[in-house]
Amino acid sequence: MSLAGDAWRWLSSAESWTRSGGVVERLTEHLAVTGTVVGIATAVALPLGIAIGHRRRGGGVVVALAGAARAIPTLGLLTLLGLQLGIGLSAPVLALVILAAPPILAGAYAGVAAVDPALVGAARAIGMSERQVVWSVELPLAAPVLIGGLRSASLQVVATATLAAYTADAGLGRYIFTGLKSRDYAQMVAGAVLVTGLALLLDALLALAQAAAARRTHARPVPEGTR
Amino acid sequence: MNHLVRTSTLGAGLAALALAASACGSSDSLEGSGESDSGAIVVGSQDYYSNEIVAEAYAQALEAAGVEVERDFRIGQREVYVADIEDGSVDLFPEYTGPLLQYWVPDTEARLADDVYAALQDAAPEGVQVLAQSEATDQDSYVVTRAFSEKYGVTSIEDLADVPVPLTLGGNSEGENRPNGPQGLEAAYGVQVDFTPIEDGGGPLTVKALQDDSIQLAIIYTADPSIAQNDLVVLDDPRGLFLASHVVPVASDKVDADARATIDAVSAALSAEDLVALNERSVTEQSPAADIARDWLAEEGLD
Repeated sequence: MSLAGDAWRWLSSAESWTRSGGVVERLTEHLAVTGTVVGIATAVALPLGIAIGHRRRGGGVVVALAGAARAIPTLGLLTLLGLQLGIGLSAPVLALVILAAPPILAGAYAGVAAVDPALVGAARAIGMSERQVVWSVELPLAAPVLIGGLRSASLQVVATATLAAYTADAGLGRYIFTGLKSRDYAQMVAGAVLVTGLALLLDALLALAQAAAARRTHARPVPEGTR
Repeated sequence: MNHLVRTSTLGAGLAALALAASACGSSDSLEGSGESDSGAIVVGSQDYYSNEIVAEAYAQALEAAGVEVERDFRIGQREVYVADIEDGSVDLFPEYTGPLLQYWVPDTEARLADDVYAALQDAAPEGVQVLAQSEATDQDSYVVTRAFSEKYGVTSIEDLADVPVPLTLGGNSEGENRPNGPQGLEAAYGVQVDFTPIEDGGGPLTVKALQDDSIQLAIIYTADPSIAQNDLVVLDDPRGLFLASHVVPVASDKVDADARATIDAVSAALSAEDLVALNERSVTEQSPAADIARDWLAEEGLD
């Protein structure tokens, strides 16, 4: 297959990486967009999810809303927002935040709500404040599920951040759009391979974090003298 | 939507060009009949709403002149219907000068309207007549907002060289490296522009970016109703960065001198503004091509 060969030649040429608009620049932009989006989505959705999980009320509404929000087509939303906000990065960032928030919200809520109520009761019984219950009991126990939500959101955002190139001169999506429209399929495939690689890498890192959190939760040694 | 459709069909068209070129001359239409047997003039059209309106105008004008007409509309793209014109199974077809010339002479260097028209007359195969071209065009063009045009006195691409502020061109990403993109502007006009991708083919996001002054220049089809709706200004292109693409009827020998005179009157009456207005009626009112053409012919006194 010459296409794979052409894509490989494109990827392995030093010029593709270092020129203006090269891979180094696009990769950095792509990660910056992803980081910004996940950061904003986390800042909004995580506290909300934790609060709802902690109160153990309103969960059904959250799950329903989060599920419904996942059905919003991001490209359509991007066009709609672009018509309000103009071109540039603000419309894609906002559209991607709306993509990223539901899994984070659902993960935080599900993780916290799944903590054994008896443990929470016990924590209150030994005199912990609500803040301490959340920070010292619920969050450590919820961490694996909560990080799972973040992981799912990051994977979707890093893959969908290609859409930033729809209205802005940014990200790895530039190669895909340009390659597709000018029938430079080597460039398009190279762009797709880079996005895929980045997504897999990011997912692997978050999977490690998730596994570490799970080990901490389940295999924590019981301190001396508490038996 | 139409931009998307046309862009993708253009792609398919280019791919099929080599095939069609090798097949041309020997290919028959699906009916395989060659010249139609009845006395009627067969009017064809592309599968493109604007083209169909013009075809309908030809057909109704001929009918008003007492000529028997048969309609064979929405035939599809150039590589399909040109064979039908060449073998005489279609007698009259609204075409566009530049793209048709490129179909017959792929390496043509003619760019400006009159050069393209002259070259097209030379390129037409035997049995195909190229009638008078109309003033109306349907081609890519550089547009700016009315405010920008008035502020800097810009009505032509040449004038952009004197604009004191930095310019950004917005358009589909493939435009960045096309001959009529930033490099072409620099080479032909000495105008330097930045480029930002907006992947909606001159659609509403592009218009919004122009109005926001995020970009100052965009590439939009001359016959796109959004140019009039948003009060955009199409810049003149005296050095032919874009291939001229005037509406032009092509006809078989069956179209005689009387019929030619009827069609020429339609072409002469069809101004650039008229074509935009006709397209707009189609896009906004969703009126049938026959109604739009009938109203226009009545307005022009050609019915």
